[in-house]
Amino acid sequence: MDQETHLVLYRKMQLIRRFEEEAARAYAQGKIGGFLHLYIGQEAIAVGASEALRPDDYLITTYRDHGHALARGMASKTAMAELFGKVTGCSRGLGGSMHFFDVEHNMLGGYGIVGGHLPVAAGTAFASKYRDEKRVTFAFFGEGAASIGDCHEAMCLASLWKLPIVFICENNEYAMGTPISRTLAVPDVTARATGYGMPSDRFECDHVATVRDRLKVAADRARDGGGPTLIEAQTYRYRGHSMSDPGKYRTPEEIDQHKKRDPLSRSRAELEKAGLTDRLAALDASVEEEVAEAVKFADESAEPGPELLEQTTYKGAFAR
Amino acid sequence: MSQSGTTGPSKEVRFREAIRIGMIEEMERDPNVFILGEEVGHYQGAYKVTEGMLEKFGERRVIDTPITESGFTGVAIGAAMVGLRPIVEYMTWNFSAVAFDQILNNAAKVRQMSGGQVHVPLVLRAPNGSARQVGSQHSHSMEHFYTHIPGLKVVAPSTCADAKGLIKTAIRDDDPVLYMESETLYGVKGPCPEDPEFLVPFGQARIAREGTGATIFSWSRLVHVAIEAAEALAKDGIDVEVVDLRSLRPLDEEAIAASVRKTHRAVVAYEGWPYGGVGGEIVDRIQRLAFDDLDAPVERVTTLDVPMPYNAKLEQHVIPSAARIADAVRRVAYRSV
Repeated sequence: MDQETHLVLYRKMQLIRRFEEEAARAYAQGKIGGFLHLYIGQEAIAVGASEALRPDDYLITTYRDHGHALARGMASKTAMAELFGKVTGCSRGLGGSMHFFDVEHNMLGGYGIVGGHLPVAAGTAFASKYRDEKRVTFAFFGEGAASIGDCHEAMCLASLWKLPIVFICENNEYAMGTPISRTLAVPDVTARATGYGMPSDRFECDHVATVRDRLKVAADRARDGGGPTLIEAQTYRYRGHSMSDPGKYRTPEEIDQHKKRDPLSRSRAELEKAGLTDRLAALDASVEEEVAEAVKFADESAEPGPELLEQTTYKGAFAR
Repeated sequence: MSQSGTTGPSKEVRFREAIRIGMIEEMERDPNVFILGEEVGHYQGAYKVTEGMLEKFGERRVIDTPITESGFTGVAIGAAMVGLRPIVEYMTWNFSAVAFDQILNNAAKVRQMSGGQVHVPLVLRAPNGSARQVGSQHSHSMEHFYTHIPGLKVVAPSTCADAKGLIKTAIRDDDPVLYMESETLYGVKGPCPEDPEFLVPFGQARIAREGTGATIFSWSRLVHVAIEAAEALAKDGIDVEVVDLRSLRPLDEEAIAASVRKTHRAVVAYEGWPYGGVGGEIVDRIQRLAFDDLDAPVERVTTLDVPMPYNAKLEQHVIPSAARIADAVRRVAYRSV
């Protein structure tokens, strides 16, 4: 990876991490309500994946969606405003943390029902094929979703119809508080690909370049009519499942072990080693400024009014 | 409230053909419309609603699916979110239960969750309600579950003209529309307007039979049973109005109130269990909008409050019959014997 690209991707990862750290702080201050599922530790996947996509490709993900939205190009202030429940948020304050949507960047949503978005993702891929467009869909899910029916049905249909989709399992080892050893009889999620008749790839997410390069292969295959691929990217989230989870099911040593392999720290170390310390400092400063502005923007924005409720329930006349 | 009928020429078709004609016209008009579901293509439709459509439009637009209701409902939702206009056929509405999460959490909510950025122009259609001795798992009246959900529209025609007019309106609608058919209506013949722009608007009831002594509100197959009850009551000197609601969400509450203001007595007759449901909703609208016009408490004639039995006589006992509807009308007219 050339250094300029690496710097750009470093900044994106750093932005996601700092954005979420500040979101966690705002949550503790009571400025964000409901659920807040942090992506900290997994940033290299969303950033590497977005690098493998074209602007008109579709991305659909789970409720742990901040990283994917930011990586795809959503403005951080729009994202933070959504967390604050403000009308300037990406979903006008109606969606919240779990439901980031950004049609302009073809980020077609964060979904709160585990696995329920995977058939929908197959649907956007279906539309690409129906219209003979060369658009690929990236569908993200956790290894916890691998056991639910919709995951199976989506893969059956995608493979049967050779849809241009890449299923990307972000295996962060825990389905909320339950480790893989107690959720999966076969811990290798990609072992299922044989049954679906689709190619697969399984790798440790140790570097943003790895993610980009491995997913690019799958995206190109989908774009060229080769159908879906099942990917398992092995990763780790440093925080609890959500803000209400103290994470007592794992030891500090385990978390520290994973932090030593943190892809963001690794990129930073490589760039420092290449003598780009000043550039990094400037990028870090710009990230701090951007996140602070995002928080300020979210804080100062207006809340949505009740007049939005009916018009966002039906596109046409309200049906009562 | 409108009477059925149009000024243009009509031709006599079966109910299943009326639906098919509507779908074919819309698929010819709009290349974004396609149909998917189990057996819709090569098998020609489990109930032959899609007969000939594969030959006409090819496998790209008439798509057989494996048995994956949740999967293909989700596919249709995703395709609709990016601009296609899918028609999903379930073999029956019963099987939509395994796609309930897709309908509840995605079809109905994506628009709101996205702050209005995305909408879902989707039609879900299938036979609904009882058939003949198909047992407890294949006899559900699913409109009662789906009308509860904001974001969805639910329609249930009883005539061939409405079958065509409502499916066309559903396909052109920008929101998810659930279109409820009836296995026992598929073979019924009736006039169907030939005009390719014949559309029946949502939220408009139809007076199926005019009367002054009491109103039976109904929809789908039960409209025909209600008319049968009305004919029997006419012999007893009770002049009954039958209102075919056609559209359950939106509901034509003006038509409901207007008929009650005229007849002062109301019976709601439908398939589905008595607890809550569309019938409960209609009764609520009547008491809110026409309380002072009522001369008797409103009665409901429903499927009895048990799972559907297989035995033919017991099934007929459980499903609302013309006799049971007529008895209810006599009660609200204080003419019970």
